[in-house]
Amino acid sequence: MGRYLRRRLLTAIPVFFGITILVFCMLNLAQGSILDLMGEGSGATDADRAALAASLGLDLPLPQRYLMWLGDLLRGDLGVSYANGKPVAGLIAQRVGPSLLLTGTGVVLAVAIALPLGVLAAWKPRSGWDKAASALSLISFGVPGFFLCLAGIFLFSVTLGWLPANGMYAAGRFSGVADLIRHLILPAGVVCLSSVGELVKQTRAACLEALGEDYIRTARAKGLTDGAVMVRHAFRGALIPVLTTILSHIPHILGGSVVVEQIFGWPGMGSLLFSGISGRDYTVVMGVTVVIALTVLLTNLLLDLVYGLADPRVRYGKE
Amino acid sequence: MGETRLDRSPWARFRVDRRAMACLIVLCLEVLAVLLLPLVLDLEPNVSDLEAGFWAPPSAEHLLGTDDVGRDLLARLFSGGRVSLFIGLTSAAISAAVGVPLGLLAGYRRGAWEFWIMRLADIFQTFPSIVLVLCLVTVVGPSASNIVLVLGLLGWTGIARLVYGNTLAVREREYVLAAKALGARTGTILRRNVLPNVVSPVWCSIPLRAGRAILSESSLSFLGFGIRTPQASWGNMIQYASNLTVLTTRPWVWVPPGLCIILTVLCLAGIGDGLRDALDPRFDSRRSRP
Repeated sequence: MGRYLRRRLLTAIPVFFGITILVFCMLNLAQGSILDLMGEGSGATDADRAALAASLGLDLPLPQRYLMWLGDLLRGDLGVSYANGKPVAGLIAQRVGPSLLLTGTGVVLAVAIALPLGVLAAWKPRSGWDKAASALSLISFGVPGFFLCLAGIFLFSVTLGWLPANGMYAAGRFSGVADLIRHLILPAGVVCLSSVGELVKQTRAACLEALGEDYIRTARAKGLTDGAVMVRHAFRGALIPVLTTILSHIPHILGGSVVVEQIFGWPGMGSLLFSGISGRDYTVVMGVTVVIALTVLLTNLLLDLVYGLADPRVRYGKE
Repeated sequence: MGETRLDRSPWARFRVDRRAMACLIVLCLEVLAVLLLPLVLDLEPNVSDLEAGFWAPPSAEHLLGTDDVGRDLLARLFSGGRVSLFIGLTSAAISAAVGVPLGLLAGYRRGAWEFWIMRLADIFQTFPSIVLVLCLVTVVGPSASNIVLVLGLLGWTGIARLVYGNTLAVREREYVLAAKALGARTGTILRRNVLPNVVSPVWCSIPLRAGRAILSESSLSFLGFGIRTPQASWGNMIQYASNLTVLTTRPWVWVPPGLCIILTVLCLAGIGDGLRDALDPRFDSRRSRP
């Protein structure tokens, strides 16, 4: 198990460098970047710009800047925001909690709906469950997340007046768990809805596939009930492909919640990313990139660990 | 039943698939509508009708009303559709044009090619694409052709992975060995022997890729980072609805472009499913639902 995990970790590290190098180069391709904002009419002279560039380290060659940024990162320093001079690490630290809450709730809801529904749909094909499963996967695939947000706001906030449509707390700060949950329902619902379809579809397909295996026939032959065959044998056999789907979906879910945060004014990393991009605050964008990349890679490792536990062949096999 | 499905051509199998044909017909009608109807009905997406006024409700003259500067919303729906469909279809074609050769190379040559191409695919796939797209589009500027390039060049990984996986299996086959023994060059083997046997899943994933690209483009435009007014796109037409008055009192402004996006994406998904069933007779979605 230790060797298996070490190997997975070793493949994750180059991917992390790849992502950060890619985004770093991309942001720095926007030549001038922050300096452009001191454009005509701001009274800034070329000398001012050069001085600012030097103070921000923008006059150094790109590889050197990346290595300096990386060195700072290893010491936990993500630089300071161009916009307000605050340390980026601090800005992000405030935002991680709300983002985790929103995305975590969405994913847990999605998994909690998808697994039972997928199993039921495979168990009773062409039943109401099966139709619900197909409808859900159509909605997930076909309806853009932002449109779900708008429809949710239109229906539940404006027309019915049940749920708030903006922010995390009513009074601007924490005032009870009930208030927080009321604010959480709509955005988390959208995050859940836009990822649940694929999970249901894959759970159903994996269960159907498992139902054709020999060990299912054995289980039936020894007289187990349908339910026991379905849950204890077919679903367990289907668990690995379902885990794979969840794993490959994590970037998609994170990307979706970035958009949802922006629309609902949720004070998480997604809205920080948007303000960073529109204000050309590239240290902030880099910081958020690092955290998102780390999140993806850590959840991948975690799921690899679960794989290893769920399937002994993974632990002991060659690859 | 099993045998008869095999001896028909893929197109014959696709044609009898009612759902896939319906999707294809709707999509073709949509393409024709956005290309021809503005000419036929003489609609101008960028002309303000000052008599009708701003935010005019639907009427005989403006079937979907007018927007904040008096432009006809029906005309903008068509011109926005032209942009969205163009971006979706072209960027999917670019993704395939990049992904197929890279997947072939990685799977056939193995070694360093395989390592670098697949690690690159890992990087693109483990990172939320909308974040990369956002960064890139702000760097290169939000014109329609830039968005096509960005979405096309970021979307190759799924297709490359499909081709790569199948190439790994096909390269060990006897007919590839035979071609090698006859002295065929690598390029010829890839084109004549490997490509035809690995390309069919690509056809199914192109419509899906186009659907995803349309979703990405409309999200970008909705958030103000994609196509910007005065050029219309379905995404930026829905942007009006971030204003609460428009959202609540003028649903005819934001509901039609939303429905257009949903219809288009679902049709593309239906075509993809139909192609999969038609190209691979062993895989029958109706039979997998016993």
